[in-house]
Amino acid sequence: MTTYETKFGSLDYYEKGGIEVIDDDPKHYAFSNVFEVANASAPWEKVAVGKNMEYVLEVIRAEGTSEWRTCAHDEFPLVLDGEVTIELVKLDIPLVAADKHGSVSLGGEPIGKAMGRIVLRRGHQALLPANAAYRMSADTASVVLLQTIHGDDTIERWAEICLS
Amino acid sequence: MTVTDVSATAPNAQGYRGFKLGGFHFSRDEFFVHLSWPTGKHVISADTFLKALQRDVAWDFFYGTVNFDHVFGTVNHYGTVDMFAGRFNDAYRKAELDHSENFDTLLIRETFKEMLDDWTNASFDPFASPTETGKPFGVKNGSNTAAVTRRRVAANRMVGVPGDEQIRTDATHPINRMFADVPQDDPDIHAEPGFEGEVAAYNLFAYLSRSDVTWNPSVVSVCKASLYCPTTEEYILPVVHGNDRVEWFVQLSDEIVWEVHDRDTGAPRSKVTMKAGDVAAMPGDIRHQGYSSKRSMLLVWENASPGLPELISTGQVSVYPVDF
Ligand SMILES: [Fe+2]
Repeated sequence: MTTYETKFGSLDYYEKGGIEVIDDDPKHYAFSNVFEVANASAPWEKVAVGKNMEYVLEVIRAEGTSEWRTCAHDEFPLVLDGEVTIELVKLDIPLVAADKHGSVSLGGEPIGKAMGRIVLRRGHQALLPANAAYRMSADTASVVLLQTIHGDDTIERWAEICLS
Repeated sequence: MTVTDVSATAPNAQGYRGFKLGGFHFSRDEFFVHLSWPTGKHVISADTFLKALQRDVAWDFFYGTVNFDHVFGTVNHYGTVDMFAGRFNDAYRKAELDHSENFDTLLIRETFKEMLDDWTNASFDPFASPTETGKPFGVKNGSNTAAVTRRRVAANRMVGVPGDEQIRTDATHPINRMFADVPQDDPDIHAEPGFEGEVAAYNLFAYLSRSDVTWNPSVVSVCKASLYCPTTEEYILPVVHGNDRVEWFVQLSDEIVWEVHDRDTGAPRSKVTMKAGDVAAMPGDIRHQGYSSKRSMLLVWENASPGLPELISTGQVSVYPVDF
């Protein structure tokens, strides 16, 4: 029987595809690679690799311990390399307006009840529930793809990350 | 809406019923589907037609245009649907042989569902990879209603959240032969008492490794109108998808090559090769078809905002993803 090898990428090893242009501009495809972006990022930077109106996909290089953050809507981290621990706290008082887009820093420790703790490895997706406080940590450099909305700390550096 | 509203004939010599919708007529024989409309006629392989029809039905006409081939397809107006011939084909347009009719979604949906059920034989699953199902050809031979009416997975919040879509297990979803090496470990979840409903995580890669369908995006997580619609891909996308908005792809594993053509004329624009970790947008004015040699995991990311197609078609929003 044939055995198949499923290829995933990592910070250490990835292959990048590309665009063979016939009659177009490569910029129209905003083509990047999450591992390349994470390799060039500082820990916990939130770098947009996808954007559709107000919605974004952010690549986060998880390394060390993040600040505590909170968000008025659900967000969903997907780990693409490494291992990431998430701590969740139910805030006694929600800290952001209900219509605020994206997460904000708490600027300190959360006040509320511990909700729990999740350890994610490659391929695992979690829920960051609206109005919870969360903090992530990773012993070694890891990669998170975050489904969220463009917020104050979203970084856009398309010219640096995309094929042109 | 009842089945009597669908216009169908008695079975032909090969055992298949004929269907009529507006000025369009459909019939099938052992190998082909024959279509006709007031300005022309067309033949499509039963294989191509049934696999495309299956997606159009399951996705409820999806976002934008579903081209079955270079001539025939549908355009979703979210409540009504255009069925067309030659509309996105430069030569047909120049010859003024293109034809399009608009239908209430209910009527075209019911007609397509009956056609799909009648024309799919017992041994054929239009959602399956060609190496995992029988052939669609031959005279009428039973039916495969369970396969063609599969429930479409659509999480409300996220797969694995209590009360939402649940993870897949051996009992119903064995690991696909091409994903036998995908780790099946679960995340470690420690929920404090009272928070079990909100402390949630699951293994998306394991979930996808157990998918029994190909080229069928289904929702796993929802951030307002932002939908994660991952899918597993093997062989060729059975439709050529024409966008009415920007659509994003994140290649989660392996490799897909996309043929990208102009949405309206069909003229070639590019070939996009995506490998694990690559992210790319498909602009709002193209059509695309993907090729995957080994079964791969693709994250399709959609913005389901209802006002978006109009903002794009009236030029208020760019057909390109970002400006840089
Ligand atoms: Fe598409």
